[in-house]
Amino acid sequence: MSLIARLNVTLLTTAAVLVVLFGSASLWFENFFSPFVISDLFSENAFLGISALGMTLVILSGGIDLSVGAVIGFTTIFVATLIAEHDVSPWLAWPIALGVGTAYGAAMGAIIHFFKLPAFLVTLAGLFFARGMAFCVTQQSVQIRNETYEMVSEITIPFGEAEIGFTSIVFLVLLAAIAWVANFSPLGRNVFAIGGDEESAVLMGLPVASTKVAVYAFNGFCSALAGIAMTLYMDSGNPINAIGLELDVIAVVVIGGTLLSGGVGSFSGTLLGFLIYGTIYQITYFANLGSSIATIAIGALLLAFILLQQLLTPR
Amino acid sequence: MTKAESQQKTRFGWQPPPAFYALLGLAGLLLVNWFFIPSFFEIQVRDGNFYGSLIDVCNRGSIGVVLAIGMTLVVATGGVDLSVGSVVAICGAVVAIVLTTTQMGIVVAIAAGLLAAFIAGAANGVLVAWLKIEPIIATLVLMVSGRGIAKYIAGEQTVAVPAELARPTLDFIGNGHFLGLPFPITIATALFVVTLLFVRRTSIGLLVESVGANPSASRACGINDRVVKLSVYVFAGFCAGLAGIIDLANIGIADPTNAGALSELDAIFAVLVGGTALTGGRFSLTGAVIGALLLQTLMTTLYTWGVPSDVAPVPKAVVILLVCLLQSPAVRGWFKRIFGGHRSIQTGSVKKAVSS
Repeated sequence: MSLIARLNVTLLTTAAVLVVLFGSASLWFENFFSPFVISDLFSENAFLGISALGMTLVILSGGIDLSVGAVIGFTTIFVATLIAEHDVSPWLAWPIALGVGTAYGAAMGAIIHFFKLPAFLVTLAGLFFARGMAFCVTQQSVQIRNETYEMVSEITIPFGEAEIGFTSIVFLVLLAAIAWVANFSPLGRNVFAIGGDEESAVLMGLPVASTKVAVYAFNGFCSALAGIAMTLYMDSGNPINAIGLELDVIAVVVIGGTLLSGGVGSFSGTLLGFLIYGTIYQITYFANLGSSIATIAIGALLLAFILLQQLLTPR
Repeated sequence: MTKAESQQKTRFGWQPPPAFYALLGLAGLLLVNWFFIPSFFEIQVRDGNFYGSLIDVCNRGSIGVVLAIGMTLVVATGGVDLSVGSVVAICGAVVAIVLTTTQMGIVVAIAAGLLAAFIAGAANGVLVAWLKIEPIIATLVLMVSGRGIAKYIAGEQTVAVPAELARPTLDFIGNGHFLGLPFPITIATALFVVTLLFVRRTSIGLLVESVGANPSASRACGINDRVVKLSVYVFAGFCAGLAGIIDLANIGIADPTNAGALSELDAIFAVLVGGTALTGGRFSLTGAVIGALLLQTLMTTLYTWGVPSDVAPVPKAVVILLVCLLQSPAVRGWFKRIFGGHRSIQTGSVKKAVSS
């Protein structure tokens, strides 16, 4: 099999869109092609990228999770309140938040699997619940002033003249880890198998229940991690953070070539989708356009990729 | 669904109508209020208009009712429309912008808003019916970009409609009284009656149910399933537009970010509680209306108890999840095992085995 044939067509299209977008922006705007823009692109959206990794796995397994934005918002205010108002060390607050997020995801996954309810319905209820709980914690923004936060924000890797920040490093490390798990471990193969055809997976004797719960639990973990990354980026927590973020996250994953019907997709694609998303926002920023243009552009791109997927999927 | 229902019928000798559980929930909630908040049932008459918590529930609930009516038909075809919240925002923004920036008047503004909603619904319908994209995914696109479109139309900000422009028509739609009742109630009731007549007195309802139950069999019977699907999405768009106009008229501000936020879940919930299954097929408009009123009663009750409006989603989510769990096959199985005795399980599993 030749190399070209083995590469996914949608993945190639995604890569082409990224090159065209970034290339034309570099020609159009002065200073666009610089390490600063690229490092901004990563640090401003690292939390979104982390969340997209969990979402990729969920969509690969044939499900969807609409609660990520709400869980991220909950985590930011939860962590901020623990640190700022209860004097809990971040090294304790972070694991607690990650545990809560993971348990929350696992609970939703269990309800989806064992009660055979549609994933979008359960996670929409999960969205409401998490968002309401965020307002239960506190109704306004909470500032974080903490030595650990200052220390962590100084951890960087030099990148040309610019620097790659801590949250971006976390995103890239997690990306590498989960890509390895998805491609080279039994768990990853099970996820692809379930997404491709759940009934066949059951008949093959694969551990469908535990895999599905694990996938949603991992996504809950990613949401909590993304929430922590958000507190690091903004030095505060707010219950209204990340409203509607789930749509951006799903858009990133789909633009990255992962089929919404499950079973087909890749984490390298999600990275490309993430870069396209960031590039579109950088372009609207450079061109002084409103954020509405970026939203519409991402919606249009999402539509284009869904249509492309529809064309490529045999019926 | 029908299998479970027929089993129920043989065992109890009585089959509850689809709206039964929603009605039961509403009655229960009202009973709780009867004991704990006696003022809930007080209705005052001022200047010939009725006021009181119950009137308030119907008034505020009318947006939910309008959205639920549109959503019912979409769900009945086996689809779902996640974009209604965004369409509410788009329609509100269009009406407000046409009204404030042009001299064309309220009639043109409302027509433009409804046209925008119509186009949005048609876009969803084409994606689902002709391009065969899964409804959740197809309507997700408009859910994502719809907010951006509404923001773009409104110029990245909330648009306030000045009082002199809103009076008399827009103000009347949102806050006026007709026959002593707030006008939104009249709109919702009229929409319900007209839709019910159209759906049940013509063959439209049957066509929708047949497409939802089995699209390919319907096609074999000569039903144009694409046109049926397109029409229900257009109708849902129209309902969302109507809801957007009521919302704008009520508060006098078009807020592209928050108008209709999360109202798609409320609508889906109302439809589910009302006894229409997400898998499509048989549907109940009356049930959906009762479901929407149940949700609004729940919210008003919570506010009366002093629960902050931001925290109110928590009990709402719990109720939604409970209702879904009660409707899930697994829980139904448990109930059967507890209440149905040994024999019915056997016949049930035999039937299942035969049908599969």
